[in-house]
This record gives sequence, structure tokens and C-alpha cells, in this order.
Amino acid sequence: MMFLFFLSSGLFLGWSLGANDASNVFGTAVGSKMVRFRTAAICCSVFIVIGAVISGAGASYTLGKLGSVNAVAGAFIVAFAAAVSVYLMTKLGYPVSTSQAIVGAIIGWNFFSGSLTDYQTLSKIVITWVACPALSAIIALVLYKILAIAIYRLKPDMFRLDSLTRYGLILVGAFGSYSLGANNIANVMGVFVPVSPFADISIFGIFKLTSTQQLFFIGGIAIAVGVLTYSRKVMATVGEGIMELSPISALAVVSAHSLVLFLFASQGLEAFLQGHGLPTIPLVPVSSSQAIVGAVIGLGLLRHGKGIRWRVVGGIGSSWIVTPIIAALLSFISLFFLQNVFEQKTYRPVRYAITSEAMARIQAQGIPLQGTESITGKEFPNAKYFYRALSTLKNIKPEEQAFILTSAEIDPMEVTLERLETIDFDSDWISERKKNDLIKLEGRKFIHKWQLDEALAEISPYWRLRENEKKYNENLKNKLSHIYEKLRYPNQ
Amino acid sequence: MEFRILKKRLDVGREFDVFLDKVSEAGLLFKTGVEAYLSDNIDSFEKKIEDIIETEHDGDALRRDLEETLYVQTLIPESRGDVLELLENMDALLDRFKGALWKFNIERPQVIKELNDDFRELTGIVVEAVEAIVRSSRAFFKDLSSVADHIHKVPYWESQSDKIASKLQQTIFRQEGFSLSEKLQLRDFVKHIDKIADRAEDVSDKLRIYVLKRSL
Repeated sequence: MMFLFFLSSGLFLGWSLGANDASNVFGTAVGSKMVRFRTAAICCSVFIVIGAVISGAGASYTLGKLGSVNAVAGAFIVAFAAAVSVYLMTKLGYPVSTSQAIVGAIIGWNFFSGSLTDYQTLSKIVITWVACPALSAIIALVLYKILAIAIYRLKPDMFRLDSLTRYGLILVGAFGSYSLGANNIANVMGVFVPVSPFADISIFGIFKLTSTQQLFFIGGIAIAVGVLTYSRKVMATVGEGIMELSPISALAVVSAHSLVLFLFASQGLEAFLQGHGLPTIPLVPVSSSQAIVGAVIGLGLLRHGKGIRWRVVGGIGSSWIVTPIIAALLSFISLFFLQNVFEQKTYRPVRYAITSEAMARIQAQGIPLQGTESITGKEFPNAKYFYRALSTLKNIKPEEQAFILTSAEIDPMEVTLERLETIDFDSDWISERKKNDLIKLEGRKFIHKWQLDEALAEISPYWRLRENEKKYNENLKNKLSHIYEKLRYPNQ
Repeated sequence: MEFRILKKRLDVGREFDVFLDKVSEAGLLFKTGVEAYLSDNIDSFEKKIEDIIETEHDGDALRRDLEETLYVQTLIPESRGDVLELLENMDALLDRFKGALWKFNIERPQVIKELNDDFRELTGIVVEAVEAIVRSSRAFFKDLSSVADHIHKVPYWESQSDKIASKLQQTIFRQEGFSLSEKLQLRDFVKHIDKIADRAEDVSDKLRIYVLKRSL
């Protein structure tokens, strides 16, 4: 029940995403009166939910790496801060996206809880904020050229072209909604994934919804409600702000937007590129507003920038910088209030210590640990302090630092029958065989997560990570984090 | 349901074609009507009058239907204003043909044989000007890039029409034995017919801009 209350801020965020970002998909079509609002809203809602449930996982994994919000009240604030920032910016008339806001809000949480921000992931996300509009501009330009040539060659009459454009807009809009759901659901529900109490459910034994998918389904519904209730006005005004668009330009713009969002959310494409030894596109939640703005500017450049209202573009650009900052501040301040005034636990402190077990593991990896006397045996209250101490050591490479960090993370657990009972066993999720493996460990205590991982891996190969099987590994990690959650000492 | 709408949209294209046929037909009726009047074939002339009235009725009905369809089905939103204006203007040309023929019927002016050839030439040129704008309009709906092949002919015919109208008026006013009222009446006819070509040119100027707006 409490979880549902905390989830409400995520739903608020979903609603504002629906009201705001969804209008990017159909805004130009509805604004130019090519598609009726009702058609657009229904089509958009349905495909957002489908996209969120079927392929929402890719981008949310990246967001999870940025910062793992580990207490439900914290997740509540993070989503809340992001939602308020988006709402504020919308009121001011800037097309911002939940992507920028949520990243800012998570960083705010990281600062507050003393967790480390994974700068590699952060830079990956920020780079896509530049790459996404640029890519979108190029795609829009190319598509527009192709469309223009096709129309010149095929010479459809005005009314046929009109109806083809309408069908095109609806089709591309549906695809865009699907991609938006797949890519942006991570923003709405991503922070709740680590704290979700849902277990996997199987529907008539035909298909299975993982706990994440259930969460995404609820989020998708919230977005759909946003679309149906509040997007009408935004849809009518979007697209006119930067430059006036003809229906054909609108088609090119929306197609480019949809393709870009799809590229940054598709696990299938990633697997394909990986399989052929090609560089992959990072699966990152990108901003649909950035994609749209990029595409519109791309078409504007086709006319040498004439007709673009650069002042509007400048305003939008700076709002993209301001939004994450506002969200971070808002998140930090709200967390402070919630923690100190309402005495809610906004994060679970994660302590670090190089115990003798951790030391053995680190040494087995061949990492030189000279001058570690200063930190071994000492306990650090959070990742930040530990990282600071670790930084004083010499000759340690960044990836070695990461290894030491995971090795030293303390998460005391005990395998008792009582706690095992609380794990959701289900033939599709954690099978009978896996359950038996866990029972074999009864009575064992662990200080670090990796100790449990290793103990399980020793019992059966099913608990081992596999090379080049990203999906399997991610699934296994999900199961393990569910198990940690249940076996953890309650006061932790 | 969607496919019904698609079919309906294609019907709209056909309806425009039929409407433009009516404008073109009105031109031909006008030309043959004037020819019949000049050769004193009054029966045939009166028949042409009946025909052109019918054509004008059909044109009006089509225009109203098209205007309604464009709005009700929110077709071609980006060019709807332009298309409606084009429709009105083409209908005005049709009306002018009918009006000019009616004028002959009402006033029955005395046209002496010396003026016949010039009158024939004038009506022929005016009808050509309208034909050119009809062809340009068809191209506007079907193939934007070929509008240029037809539209340049409109100003050409218009200037030809101006030349022959001036010549005709000069001849009229230098006629001996015509009263001033007769001269003024004939001049009025010439100007009335010449005006059709002027209007066709105005329409072509606007059409040029519609084309620019739609070109990719």
C-alpha cells in the first residue's frame, strides 16, 4: 500500500510525460489539422503502453547504472522533483523532457545519499543529449529529401498525397509513440525498479510479465492518461513555435523523431550490431523534445536557416541546461525535508569496508594494493568517503577501482527458511530448482553480495553469468537483487 | 471506415476535374454562341444560351459540394484556403462567359460584317486564355511540376486579347454612320469580353503563388 503511495509521484511524472512529450509525436499532425485529436490521442496512448511493456527495459538499465535509488521514499522524491521541474518548464512554455529532469533528480539523490555518480554513464547520457538532436536533424533532412524526390517522381495528385500523408502521419506517430514508451518509460518508472515489490506473473501461462514490466505497464497507463487529459493544448501549439511546418515536413520531422527514439531504445538493434561486430548505440533515455527540435531545425537548415526563430531555439537550448539543475536542487532539498522533517528513510546507507574476504578477492584479481593499511579494516559510511580514500591509493586503474568498490560493498544477509519464504517462487521466475539451491545455503551468512553470488554459482551453473548473453545476465542480476532484498537483515 | 474516406478523397479529385470540365465547356459554348449570333443563326444562339445556363448551374452545384467536402472532411488543410479561392475564381470565369452571352441576348447589338472577324478573334483568344488557366489548374491538382508548362500561356493570350480589343474599339469609333450610343454599346461588349482574359490572368498570378507555397 505504502509502495503505491510512493509510486504516485512516478505516476505524476508519467502524466506530465504524457501531456508534454507525447505532443511531440502527434503535435505537428494535430496542429496542421491532418489528424484529429481523438485519433491521435487513442493511437498514441495504446502504442506508448505497448512500447513501455515490450521494450522498455533497455534504457532503464542505463538509468539504473547512473544511480540506484534504494529506498522507496527516495524514489518518490526523485520522481517528484523531476515531475515538478517538467511541469514548471511546461508552464513557462519550454519543450523539455522528463529525461533531463530525471537525470538531474537522480544526481541530487546521489549527492544527498553520498552515493557515487557514475560519471561514465552520466557522460554517456549527456553526450546523447547533443547527439540526439543532431542525429535527428540529419535524419529529418535525408527523409525530407527522399520524400520530395518520391513525390516528384510518382506525381500523386493533391488529394491522394493528402490522404497518404495522413496515413503516414498516423503510422509514424504510432511508431513514435511505441518508441517513446520504450525509451522514456525508464524516466518515469526506472527509479522504482530497484524497490519494486512486484513479483513476476504469468498470464494464462501464455506470456509472462516481469515485475519491471508490470511497473512499466502502470507507468504506461499514467502516460496515456496524460495524453488523453492534458495534451490537447500542447499538441495544438507545438510545431508552430520554431517554424511553420507543412504536412510533408511534419511527416519527415515525426519520422526522424521516432527513428531516433527507437535507435536509443532498441535492444534488438543493439544485439544485431553487436552480433556483426559493429559499434552499438548506447541505450539511453533521450528526450523526445530534443529529437523534435533537432528535426525541425534540420529542415530549417534546408532553407539556409530562413524561417527559423533562433531566439526560440536559444531559449529551448538553455532550458535544457537549466532543467537538470533545477531538478537536482529540488530533489536534494526535498530529500532533506523528507528525511529530517518527516523522518522518512530516503535511502538505505551502503557501507564499505575492505574485509579480509574482500581483500582476498581483490588480491586474487591481481590488483596491487600497496599502502592499503590506511583503509583496510576500516568501515566507511558511504560510497563517497570510501571512494575518496580509495583515490589516495596509487597505481589503481578506474576499472580496478570499480572492482574494489563492488568487492567492498557491505550488505549483510542471512539465509533463513523464514526469509526464503518471502521470496516469490514461480516456475517462470525463480524455479523450483533454484529454490532448492537457495535452501542448500540455509544458515549461511554473507557480508558482501558477491559472496552469495559465488556460493550460488558453486552449487549450480544456472547461477553463473554467461559470456555474450546480455539478456540472460540482466535477468539473473534482477533475480539476485530480488533475493538480496529478501535475505537482507531487516534493520539494514 | 477509413477506406471509405480514402475513396471519398479520390472522388473529390475527380469532382474537381468535372468542375474544370464545366469551366472549359462554358468557354466553348460562349465561343460557338457568339459565332451563331454573328452569323445571325438565332435558333442555335438561343440553344447555346440554354446550354450555358445549365452548365453554370452544374458548376455552381459542384462548387458548393466541393467547398462543403473540403471543410467537413478537413481535406488538404495546408492548401484549403488557396484551393477554395481558386475554385471561386474559376467559377467567376464561368459566370462571366454566361454573363457575356446573356448580354448579347438581352441587348442584341447590331454588329456590322466588318467587325465580325475581329469579334471572332477576340472571343477565340479569350477562350484560349481560360483554357490555359484550366489546364494549369488541373496540373496544380495532379502534377505540380507541370503547372509551369501551361501557366505562361495565360499572360500571352491576355496581351493578345488586349491588342485585338484596342484595335476593335478603334475600328468601332471610326465607323461612319454609327451613333455614339451604338459605338458605346459595342465598346461595352468588347470590354466585357476582354475582361474575361484579364480575370484569367489575375487567377494565374494567384495560382503561381499557390504553387510556390506547395512546392517542396
